[in-house]
Amino acid sequence: MSAALAASLLAVDPAGFGGLRLRSRAGPARELFLADLAALLPEGKPLRRMPASISEDRLLGGLDLGATLATGQPVAMRGLLAESHGGVIVAAMAERLPANTIAHLCAALDTASLHIEREGMHAHVDARFALLALDEGEDDEGLAPSLCDRLAFHVGEPDEEPLAERREVIRARELLPRVHLDPAQMDELVAVASAFGIGSPRACLFALRTARAHAALNERDAVDADDLQLAARLIFAPRATQLPAPPEQPEEEMPPEPQEDRASDDTPPDEQETNMPEPGAESMVDAVRAALPADLLRKLIAGEPARRSPQHGGSGLEKRTLRRGRPAGSRAGDLTGGARLALLDTLRAAAPKQVLRRKLLPAGAAHPPLLLRKEDLRIKRLIERTRVATIFVVDASGSQALHRLGEAKGAVQLLLAECYVRRDEAALIAFRGKDARLLLPPTRSLARVRRELAQLPGGGGTPLARGIALAANMADAIRRKGDTPVLVFFTDGQANITNEGVGDRAKAEVDATEAAKHLRASGTRCLLIDTSPRPQPRARKLAEDLGARYLPLPAAQAQKLSAAVKAELPR
Amino acid sequence: MSINLDGRAMRQVYPFAAIVGQEDMKLALLIAAVDQGVGGVLVFGDRGTGKSTAVRALAALLPKRPVVAGCSYNCAPEKMAGLCETCAPGAKPKSKLEPMPVVDLPLGATEDRITGALDIERALAGGEKKFEPGLLARAHGGFLYIDEVNLLEDHLVDLLLDVTASGENVVEREGFSLRHPARFVLVGSGNPEEGELRPQLLDRFGLCLEVKTPTEMADRIEVVKRRDLFERDRAAFVDSWQKEEDKIRRRIKRAQAMIGDINVPDDVLALAVKLCMTLGSDGIRGEITLIRAARAAAALDGAKQVNTAHLRKVAPLALRHRLRRNVLDEVDTGVRVSRALAEVLPA
Repeated sequence: MSAALAASLLAVDPAGFGGLRLRSRAGPARELFLADLAALLPEGKPLRRMPASISEDRLLGGLDLGATLATGQPVAMRGLLAESHGGVIVAAMAERLPANTIAHLCAALDTASLHIEREGMHAHVDARFALLALDEGEDDEGLAPSLCDRLAFHVGEPDEEPLAERREVIRARELLPRVHLDPAQMDELVAVASAFGIGSPRACLFALRTARAHAALNERDAVDADDLQLAARLIFAPRATQLPAPPEQPEEEMPPEPQEDRASDDTPPDEQETNMPEPGAESMVDAVRAALPADLLRKLIAGEPARRSPQHGGSGLEKRTLRRGRPAGSRAGDLTGGARLALLDTLRAAAPKQVLRRKLLPAGAAHPPLLLRKEDLRIKRLIERTRVATIFVVDASGSQALHRLGEAKGAVQLLLAECYVRRDEAALIAFRGKDARLLLPPTRSLARVRRELAQLPGGGGTPLARGIALAANMADAIRRKGDTPVLVFFTDGQANITNEGVGDRAKAEVDATEAAKHLRASGTRCLLIDTSPRPQPRARKLAEDLGARYLPLPAAQAQKLSAAVKAELPR
Repeated sequence: MSINLDGRAMRQVYPFAAIVGQEDMKLALLIAAVDQGVGGVLVFGDRGTGKSTAVRALAALLPKRPVVAGCSYNCAPEKMAGLCETCAPGAKPKSKLEPMPVVDLPLGATEDRITGALDIERALAGGEKKFEPGLLARAHGGFLYIDEVNLLEDHLVDLLLDVTASGENVVEREGFSLRHPARFVLVGSGNPEEGELRPQLLDRFGLCLEVKTPTEMADRIEVVKRRDLFERDRAAFVDSWQKEEDKIRRRIKRAQAMIGDINVPDDVLALAVKLCMTLGSDGIRGEITLIRAARAAAALDGAKQVNTAHLRKVAPLALRHRLRRNVLDEVDTGVRVSRALAEVLPA
């Protein structure tokens, strides 16, 4: 129901709402939904599909290769953002949009215009559009948070529910500017947003617009309680980061105290109570609570931080940004071997010679507007530096907690500083209890790794084999992207949980050895830091099985650690 | 070549005076407006906290400054680079007052547009070899703003580092070999969650701050209320803030006029040095920026000399990004500065 309603509201004021994020698989239901929505949009306005792989030239505009060469004059080509002015852009596979595309979309959504400084062009162009982001991301992957924040509606699979009628939408569009909303109603909405830990003012503004548009759709010129409730449900539920504290709820049910450097959009716990909405807003709170996504609700109740909720999970993003080849100017050359023409540079090379070349032609001879010679050709140079991704595999089991999980954490942080300086990526895997978990996929944000690490609890068995296996998988994934993985293990090598998650020391050791040899076969560079108080033969043996360099932690002072990791890095 | 695809898309910007709270950000930008030598402002923070809004709003408040009329490099009359026809040696150029530029460096900008390049239209049409200055020339004497500065391509970051360090843009391309002055206040904004900033770039900013979503309910409501009013009727909203805007404009002007005469008493200077030593900030740049910023803050207050209150106000802005980075220390660097402040300058 919410998908249909969100789409109807969006149609009333497309650009005002920024757009809609549709978390849905491709299929007939989605196509039907999009077609229905398209039928509601203002007539004669563009509806453009944008592939995730769109190039910056096509997105922003650039030189028109054909026209430029044909006329001998630089001819500009409008980009998709400018072409979509007044209309709607449909982004397929929005979860895979690279960071630069995201940033351009955000900038255009913010300013309703486009500022271009590229390839000899300078332009300010109107670009007021709504974005339909088709997000097919799995749990961990999703549309970038910055873009999510700018799209009013976040909805799941569309169902059979019909959208509003076209004439209703047209009438609502006329009525919308006159819809009245009481200042007290505004206060209520803001209070509800705060109670759910929503910090971005954009969410509140979207809620105001939603309430107004809903009133207009229902042919009312003033916002009533229904409109507010619906607005709160549609806009706040997908963005909630915490549950409001009901008076009877005991203290310990609260989410854990926020870390100091955590994104400040979650209010400190003591504020939740003061922010508890007025009784009038209670129905809104209930409405939002009822609409919370199931997994989010579970996490919030369990006291897990909601940071990894779907709309915050843009983790796949940074990886891709960094992998772009770095454009590094152009050089003379020919267009063989898949080289890309640097048109502007080619023109720049040819331009000064035009007068001379024309003079050299037989008098009166017909000639093309631009006399290009082979030596003018310039091709784009891209430097693709392979990125190194360091995966920290931390043993957080009971034996570790007793000894020195703290020290291991410290050591990881030292190494992180190293990664930071080299602009490398870091990922974090921890194993304890019965299983190993990927706490953080490769990221360049030191703050996130640090935070994740600080929150890492210790205790339980040592499922070493699973830790190694997960690390091996991660390393494979990184290699597939064309990057270089480096594994750094922090463990004492004392396995006692088997692959099946059963406590059996002997079998666990066999499993661990096997996993280690498997990993060794992949040729991944490894470093094992023995975290036991005294160097352990078992850890040393594990290092051998892994083909890893061995370093006992007591000796692992900062410099030695960095040096050891550096030695493992490709030069 | 400057192609305009459409008419210039100009929209009314949100007034600076109407920004709720965010006093640190406003102060830092005003300080940079009063004393450009303070060396750039870096604003980090959550989404939707009005980082870009504030920078764009600042443009409307900046006083005019004299430039050589028609100079494509924005030369100041007393310091002409002599690169274009208008200020070539021997020419008698006229100067005129022009608004201080706030130039956006949009993501996706290419190197030729930033540094300047051969004017290809004229080259193709007449075989004329003419240099077309880029964004760096346009920003000279004003502000260069980079939103999402942490997403900027590395090679462009290198280029900017070089220019901010030397104050001039050196062009060696397409047969051009020239240099022109490019002194501007670099303003960057970004969200650290989306990628960290290179340490080298961090150093280049004089002031650094983090903006947070307001925690007070009343402030939050006010933010939403004003923004909603603005979205619904931009012109009326901007009009209603005209008076407040004029006030700030006058304040900047007055501060600019008097900053040269502001005295820094020896005891305040000693405190500033002591503060930097307590914090162990790298190099002497911290002290210098601290004093400059405090002086600008005093000028904005209309004070004749710098006092400890000014120092206290600007210390977190000027120092927080200069502390030696200790990854083991979970404490926010801003907090470390306040602690040192409490020690050196007990209230």
